[in-house]
Amino acid sequence: MRRGAGRAAAAAGTALLAAGLALPLYLVLVASVTPEADLFEGMAWLPPDPTAEHYRALFTERDFWLPLRNSLVVAAATTLLCVGLGAACAWALARLRFRGRGLLLAGLLVVGLFPQISLVAPLYLLLRALGWIDSYPGLVLPYLTFAMPLAVWLLVGVFRELPLELEEAAWIDGASRLRAFREVVLPLAAPALASTAILTFLYCWNEFLFALSFTLGPERQTVPVAVALFRGEYRIPWGQILAASVVATAPVAVLVLAFQRRIVRGLTTGAVKG
Amino acid sequence: MRQAARSEVRLAALLVGPALACVLALAVLPIAWTVWESLHRHDLRLPWLGRPFVGLANYGEALGDPRFWSALAHTLFFTATSVALELGLGLALALALHRRFRGRDALRTLAVLPWAIPTVVAALLWRFLFEGPASPANAVLLRLGGEPLAWLAHPIWAWVPILAADVWKTTPFVALLLLAGLQGIGDELYEAARVDGAGPWRSFCHVTLPLLRPVLLVALVFRFLDAFRVFDLVYVLTGGGPGTATEPLALYIFGALLQKLRFGYGAALSVIAFGVGFALALLYVRLLGARPAGAQR
Repeated sequence: MRRGAGRAAAAAGTALLAAGLALPLYLVLVASVTPEADLFEGMAWLPPDPTAEHYRALFTERDFWLPLRNSLVVAAATTLLCVGLGAACAWALARLRFRGRGLLLAGLLVVGLFPQISLVAPLYLLLRALGWIDSYPGLVLPYLTFAMPLAVWLLVGVFRELPLELEEAAWIDGASRLRAFREVVLPLAAPALASTAILTFLYCWNEFLFALSFTLGPERQTVPVAVALFRGEYRIPWGQILAASVVATAPVAVLVLAFQRRIVRGLTTGAVKG
Repeated sequence: MRQAARSEVRLAALLVGPALACVLALAVLPIAWTVWESLHRHDLRLPWLGRPFVGLANYGEALGDPRFWSALAHTLFFTATSVALELGLGLALALALHRRFRGRDALRTLAVLPWAIPTVVAALLWRFLFEGPASPANAVLLRLGGEPLAWLAHPIWAWVPILAADVWKTTPFVALLLLAGLQGIGDELYEAARVDGAGPWRSFCHVTLPLLRPVLLVALVFRFLDAFRVFDLVYVLTGGGPGTATEPLALYIFGALLQKLRFGYGAALSVIAFGVGFALALLYVRLLGARPAGAQR
């Protein structure tokens, strides 16, 4: 009897939590297809007369492709650099013997946890001196400061989990350490490299402070900056903002739906096993 | 043998070099440079003044700046409140996800989604929910018998949407961390507790919580550091307002740097923020023992 009640209470609690997570997303989805005039007339569970007007305006009156393209270029370039250079660095940290290894790892973690704001002043002056304010490299370079430590840290965990015996077998076959890394370790670690890439991409796609600080206008603004700075002629264009929010979330939602397990694993192994 | 060891070191330098150079050039040196900059008066709006060395004058100004102190207080208030709420609710969500039930995978996916969406989008979403007299938040308030509020224009109530957005966005992350910790606790321990006559509450207090402690600690410190950096949420939700009632440290520094263009003073504030953040990060590393995943072998 008591067990049944306990189970019902747990189910109700779970349903409540699920509702709390989903409801804001649902309300915004509904609002993004609600005509501007009805937006603040009270909460609607279903759009009374749905319209794609906001989405149309987003891509015709505004050029929302531009920030989407900027975000994609910057996030993809940063991810490629971080996973490429990071994999080499992480494997060396995981497998090779040299002095200062522990210190390097700890240092990378500390850098990854820096308050970003403390880097804005020097990076701004550096990029200004290089003439890279409002450019792609002007975003990719700052992004490396948080994405590189993240990628290396995740990948060190990945390489340590692979059995060393496989590499040893390759050495016996006469392969050098580097060749064993390239031809044995990398193919085996490919799925884990992919999850690291997904996480790095998400962090870059979502970044705001650097993108806001180091761009000057719409030409190089990323999606979060463009959405945050949406202005209308007279009033805040809420319909378009909400539609843009849905568009900005879509790629993230696709990644999450497709790779939920990988993302969770990547996020949690470091913290739990550490 | 020594030959082999030396070639291993050379290979390591080759592989670690590029990544390390990036981090050194873009994060470590700039921090050192910020410290140097903070000892100068450097105002980009007044270039004819040059960049005179002023010693610790910028730090003196910060210590006497009421807006700095209130920004610091806002940051600490936000950090303490959001982290406490997120750990409590995150534990509840983790326990819910730990049970076996239909739709668990769907709930897990749903839980990753708020964490994965851009913070700016989460902030806009919650701003919409609190905007205007007929907003969903006010609908709830009316249902409870209250009066509609202009949430975002009130110096105290404006914290509600900020905290709600952060809790909504980050609780799932905490929950997933704790869930991974829960899954590492063997069933036989609960079995033993039950044999000893412990009910669900006692086995929670005497088995779950103590064994979850390391993961709880990691989640706590990690969240603390992240909350301390809060910028995006407040920038979008209230812009630090009304007035400066919700302005956190990062937003104040951002304004000093990129709106007032006072780089010397902004650098001094940055160094202070960095000092606090660095101390917290070191604490984190110490608690973890600086071991990444799988390193315990």
